[in-house]
Amino acid sequence: MAENIIVDNLAIEAEDDENLLELIRRAGIDLPTFCYHSEISVYGACRMCMVEVEGRGIVPACSTRPEPGMVIKTHTSQIRDLRKMIIELMLANHDPKCTTCPESGTCRLQSIATQLGVRDVRFNQVSSHLPIDNTSEAIVRDPSKCILCGDCVRVCGEIQSVGALDFTGRGADAQVVTYFNKGMGDVECVNCGQCVKVCPVGALTAKYHISQVWDAVYDESKTVVVQIAPAVRVALGDYFGEKPGALTTGKIITSLRRMGFDRIYDTCFAADFTVVEEGREFLSRYSKGENLPLFTSCCPAWVKFAEQYYPDLLDNLSTCRSPMMMFGSLCKDQLSQELGVAREDIVMVSIMPCTAKKFEASRPELSKDGNPDVDFVLTTKELAIMMQENGIEYDKMELGSFDMPYGFYTGAAVIFGASGGVSEAVLRFAAEELNKGSSQEFHEVRSSSGVKVATIQIGEVELKLAVVSGLANARALIDRIRNGEEHFDLVEVMACPGGCVNGGGQPVADDYEAIAARAKGLYDSDKMLQFHNSSQNPYLKQIYHEKIDEEKAHELLHTHFENRKRIHHDDFVLGELPDEVELSLSICFGTSCYLRGAQELYNRITEYIRENGLEKNTEFKANFCGELCKKGPTLIINGKVIEHCTYEIAIEEIQAQMAKRK
Amino acid sequence: MSQIFATKFEQVCDILDKYECNPNHLIAILQEIQHAYSYLPEDILTYVATALRITPGAVYGVATFYAHFTLEPKGKYVIRVCDGTACHVKKSETIINMLKSELGLPENKNTTDDLLFTLEIVACLGACGIAPLMMVNDEVYGSMTKEKLTEILEKIRKEEAAND
Repeated sequence: MAENIIVDNLAIEAEDDENLLELIRRAGIDLPTFCYHSEISVYGACRMCMVEVEGRGIVPACSTRPEPGMVIKTHTSQIRDLRKMIIELMLANHDPKCTTCPESGTCRLQSIATQLGVRDVRFNQVSSHLPIDNTSEAIVRDPSKCILCGDCVRVCGEIQSVGALDFTGRGADAQVVTYFNKGMGDVECVNCGQCVKVCPVGALTAKYHISQVWDAVYDESKTVVVQIAPAVRVALGDYFGEKPGALTTGKIITSLRRMGFDRIYDTCFAADFTVVEEGREFLSRYSKGENLPLFTSCCPAWVKFAEQYYPDLLDNLSTCRSPMMMFGSLCKDQLSQELGVAREDIVMVSIMPCTAKKFEASRPELSKDGNPDVDFVLTTKELAIMMQENGIEYDKMELGSFDMPYGFYTGAAVIFGASGGVSEAVLRFAAEELNKGSSQEFHEVRSSSGVKVATIQIGEVELKLAVVSGLANARALIDRIRNGEEHFDLVEVMACPGGCVNGGGQPVADDYEAIAARAKGLYDSDKMLQFHNSSQNPYLKQIYHEKIDEEKAHELLHTHFENRKRIHHDDFVLGELPDEVELSLSICFGTSCYLRGAQELYNRITEYIRENGLEKNTEFKANFCGELCKKGPTLIINGKVIEHCTYEIAIEEIQAQMAKRK
Repeated sequence: MSQIFATKFEQVCDILDKYECNPNHLIAILQEIQHAYSYLPEDILTYVATALRITPGAVYGVATFYAHFTLEPKGKYVIRVCDGTACHVKKSETIINMLKSELGLPENKNTTDDLLFTLEIVACLGACGIAPLMMVNDEVYGSMTKEKLTEILEKIRKEEAAND
């Protein structure tokens, strides 16, 4: 564009900036904002980024397009006053218990208030204290802290296509809530934590396990074992002033030793097992042409998403546990034998970039006799807090190394933390299996965000892969696969855009470059290691040869998935309850059954009952998902579950039941 | 009575069919559901979200945005008392207070436990000339007094007793 834009007396050449906020930031001037994130839609709610445009007055920079010739002032006396007043109004409506807030220190409301010099709130405190929602295993919601920026609503709807959070009410009564204000643990939330990541205040935080972990560490009778996920090591440095993507493994290890953990291991060790197990599973399915594409199952948010929305594809998910859960089962099993310690006295702590891992650890099938394979999950942020609580001076920490043998890993495992990493690791394994000995890298599947599709030639075999991150992207891709528009052999899904490096438990990155730097940190780490193929891990070989047979491997390293209800509520009686029930019907009105014609089935059965004068003694209920989605529509007649129910089958059964009565 | 058998989902099914499950018609669909059921039941809203293929949260958001929609069952007789400027000056508050005590409604509750009465205080019914004003369902009562109110309530209660 020919004509420049003047920002605070300086001419800025207009590029293709989306909005004035991007342009002004490019000019080196920071505007405060709560509701602007480049990756989600522009909302213009917080009004903090307003600027004065000559001839137009005061406009929000985030939702104004740059036009040549604009003359902009970013910090006039009037704008300063307005910004301060907005903060004061927010504070008047905000729970003032800052010191005990989990977000204290990283809260944007706190930092912007400080930055703008808000020293006094002229308005009376009017916030009424709303109850904290503790129902989720992963995320805590404290509505008294919410400033209604809507970031969580948009990230959940737009990036993840889940939409568990939305606005309710309006004006002074507006709130961000779940469906009918149920608990986060009772709705379709997949625990990915992207809402936690974008929440500028303490309204959405991870459910901290810090105090439970300290209790375990101080308990002499417990052997406290810690495993660290790959993505943590390239993000923790953000809290301590390191450059984005800096590798902090050595310092983390020394810090954990000082804090009193007994054994310090690497989740990557188990990721090598994941690669081998999943690689074998993939090659076997590929040779038989069975249940393809194979979907990865490392990401617990994706797994819950699939259980809720794609029950018909659950057989396509890899049955492999995630590396964290493989580590938990394998390590508890082996260590209890090696050390002669009861399983109950081993406390497994995982340090993860993820909030959904907290939910995963609580899944009942991932435990043995009621003892979970992973006891506690800490996010990267919680690790940073614990280090500070323990007085650790990060800069002065010497480097340390992992304990052996469960701290040994190959480069294929460390790249799990980046989107495309799991695929590449499996490809390296598959390439060696198919080609005997050829080892190579697969840059084609490395993906910074969104969807990446690649066709890989390994010897005679041509494999079609998709790497997708962000669940909205995953949904679009899967819908195309379901409709037969596309075919893949392997699909890697990570819920968080860019993979675990951008997980919900990670420190907030300034931009995508920082996320890319974290991914690069992992690929660099891979380069520096001696082995790049998981099957080369000598300790893995040893365990397969000496410690576990095939049956044991299956028990320790695999899992299963179940259909899952999105919203929890009771069954509903569709009509008035008859005095004496002879025929009790319950129809599933969940999404899958709806799509399979539950409504028509219901209408026709109702008609039949009427025509035959059975309504007096019939009770008809609706349930929202009987968790048999693959076999829908489902109808329960006097306790008998009928899957794939048709009108004819239903009537036959009703007649049989009525005959029995007589 | 058993004629009511299974009516609960039939109505919503008809409404959804009428609008061809088009999410753009969500507000109209909710209006008809409220008309049919007298309020927006939770299970019906879950079903609407399923059928329109939108999130339950989005349906709930719309249902709570408009004052017209209610998530609680309403009474058989919805009494709307106007508290707009003209009615307020003409002491509509006396009527409101009397209704609250007559119906036994505590704060934060506007429907009686027997689901007979719902009290709504509204901004302006547009008939300021006959302030203070109230409506019982579609019936308008102008120039309200305490005595008139007693009469109206007594009449309704008598009718109900006769029906039983």
